[in-house]
Amino acid sequence: MGKLSRIWTWMIGLALMLPALAPSLALAAKKKADVVIVADTRKLDGILYWWAEMYNESHFLFAIMTMIIIPLVGCVLGWLADIVMSHIGIDLKHREIAEK
Amino acid sequence: MDWLYILMPISGVSIFWPGLIILGLGVGIIGGFFGLGGAWMVTPGLNILGFPMAFAIGTDVAQMAGKSLISTMRHGKFGNVDYLLGITMLIGTVVGVEIGAQMVIWLERIGSVDKVVRWLYVVLLILLAWLVFHDVWLRRKKEREAAAENRELDKHATGVDWATRLQAIRIPPVVHYKHADITCSAWLPIIVSLFTGWLAGILGIGGGLIRMPALVYLVGCPTHLAVGTDLFEVAISGLYGTASYAYKGRVELMAALIMLCGAAIGAQIGVVATKYVKGYGIRFVFGLAVLGCLMSVVLKLLQAEFPSQGWWLSPLAVIEVLGFVSAISIYIAVRMVQGAKAELAAKKRQAAG
Repeated sequence: MGKLSRIWTWMIGLALMLPALAPSLALAAKKKADVVIVADTRKLDGILYWWAEMYNESHFLFAIMTMIIIPLVGCVLGWLADIVMSHIGIDLKHREIAEK
Repeated sequence: MDWLYILMPISGVSIFWPGLIILGLGVGIIGGFFGLGGAWMVTPGLNILGFPMAFAIGTDVAQMAGKSLISTMRHGKFGNVDYLLGITMLIGTVVGVEIGAQMVIWLERIGSVDKVVRWLYVVLLILLAWLVFHDVWLRRKKEREAAAENRELDKHATGVDWATRLQAIRIPPVVHYKHADITCSAWLPIIVSLFTGWLAGILGIGGGLIRMPALVYLVGCPTHLAVGTDLFEVAISGLYGTASYAYKGRVELMAALIMLCGAAIGAQIGVVATKYVKGYGIRFVFGLAVLGCLMSVVLKLLQAEFPSQGWWLSPLAVIEVLGFVSAISIYIAVRMVQGAKAELAAKKRQAAG
């Protein structure tokens, strides 16, 4: 019974999503092309040159790389900051929930 | 002093990089403490530092995703994130944002989008500020009444209590959200997030500013859980936004990464501070942050209405946003340091005794 209810919720949710998404897809198809920005690579070298070149060649690849790098760096920095915080000596796993 | 400036490879502008770290630190503290993405602070900040507006928005969204992920990780360890509730709310948020975006397109066609959006934002912020301070006032009233009757008020008691009535509407499926300790119809968080998503879609904002109080006042989440769960949603929607803006070529990754260095420290300070501040402390300061946001929006409206007065309204708006961000960040950092000191002192006393 519980499973059925869960499936029912998901189906209603998906059914609600369809009419909301469909017009946006149609509009997206009609939309005019955005202004193209080209990165100026003349003053760049090394990794920055490579990065700007990739941007100029493929926004798709640029988006994929950005999508990988941001959460990865976020996790690494979060983990490093965690290590630093744990050296302070305070309890970082428990807290009391109270409104006042 | 050239070493203080760094050339951004995509937008081609030279940026004062310590400014990026400070901005990241500030938004990390505030975001971690309130569960906000903080676009209203970062986008004008990046613009002031020299980014063109399109890059300011895209870069802000990218750093918001990373920063919220860091904060969610820390909140998760405290047990402040209800992942099931967050995922349930994502359904409503996705649909709501899309409906809101469609309404903006419709309003654009009849040519009144700017006015409607600006005024809707002002009305919403006034209502939010009223709700928060009214709730704080009601809770104090209850405390006074309890004190007069010589009894102690429950530590989970709230001033405004709409959530209990909403939770009582048991339309199947009824779900128990373990971490938030809420049992309600799954429709409650879905409808609430549909509404907050719709507002966020119309206003073109991330939605943390609306979702956090909605989780508290409508769903009935304890404040700390609302902050953590909201950040989980901000992280996911931020990742989606990053993909969208990066594909349009409007993300300056290097700036986002520099900001993340500051945000990683800021997020730890903001999240750990929630350990030492009770729910109503967070709510009260959140109310002040809403007032800060309201003031910046009103100043922008005034600039649009009276362009000839822009010479003093524009710098005033900048000073107001930076002043608010600095003051609230410093307050949160001080509370965190005070709390940590007290905890360490208590540990020492325990070890000695």
